[in-house]
Amino acid sequence: MSFLDAVFLFFTGLAAVAAAAILFSRNVFRSALWLLVCLMSVAGIYVLSLAEFLAVTQILIYAGGILVIILFGIMLTTRISGKPLLVQHRHVISGSLAAIGLFALLSLYLSQLPTAGTTLEPQPIATLGLHVFSEYALAFEVAGVLLLVALVGAAVIASELKSKT
Amino acid sequence: MQAYTLMVYLAAFLFCMGLLIVIIKRNAIMVLLGIELMFNAANLNLVAFNRQYGPQLDGQVFALFVIIIAVCEAAVGLALVLRIYRYYQTSMPDQFSELKG
Repeated sequence: MSFLDAVFLFFTGLAAVAAAAILFSRNVFRSALWLLVCLMSVAGIYVLSLAEFLAVTQILIYAGGILVIILFGIMLTTRISGKPLLVQHRHVISGSLAAIGLFALLSLYLSQLPTAGTTLEPQPIATLGLHVFSEYALAFEVAGVLLLVALVGAAVIASELKSKT
Repeated sequence: MQAYTLMVYLAAFLFCMGLLIVIIKRNAIMVLLGIELMFNAANLNLVAFNRQYGPQLDGQVFALFVIIIAVCEAAVGLALVLRIYRYYQTSMPDQFSELKG
């Protein structure tokens, strides 16, 4: 087993453990920090799977953007009492049954997956950029418009403005 | 076991964990965390299959767009959670029952 394989296994295990820790932690703030660990280890897996640009995007947008928004949300929805925000669980048995059943079905399918294929060669990031701005130019523009609409919508929803009518 | 097999199994595990979090946690923000986890599982699948099949980079481009959609979802979802919290003074999804028949 080479060094890269060991690093890959480490990140895989860390992601799985962090996902389980999100589930078992009752403190919302700690869950968000465990999600950060999970996202970072997934970014590490991306680096080892020849998707460096995706890894950087993952760290910038998920860890830098979404996690900060979620932490703001936690702080704004906690009553100011100094106590940590604890979460209760419900539907534990039916939820576990659904998740375990889905995982069993998925593993049944994944166990029959063909292992052949043409593996990806390392490519410069410029190739990815050319893809995005030539083949996927329309999707890129639409995604930009969608981002604008979502941000304006979020600002309007969260603001205190009263309607004039 | 090949690396990509491990990746798709990890993606399946992360997806099931996200589903379980969405179902059993009684807090709207935890539900959003679970949805982010499921988005990540989907992205991991895209990257794994792109690694295994083909010299094209379509899977990675698709994963990039998935990340963009996830940002939109998180922003709008958190705004809704804040709005609802201000109105009902709670962030437990079970208690937003005004529209229940």
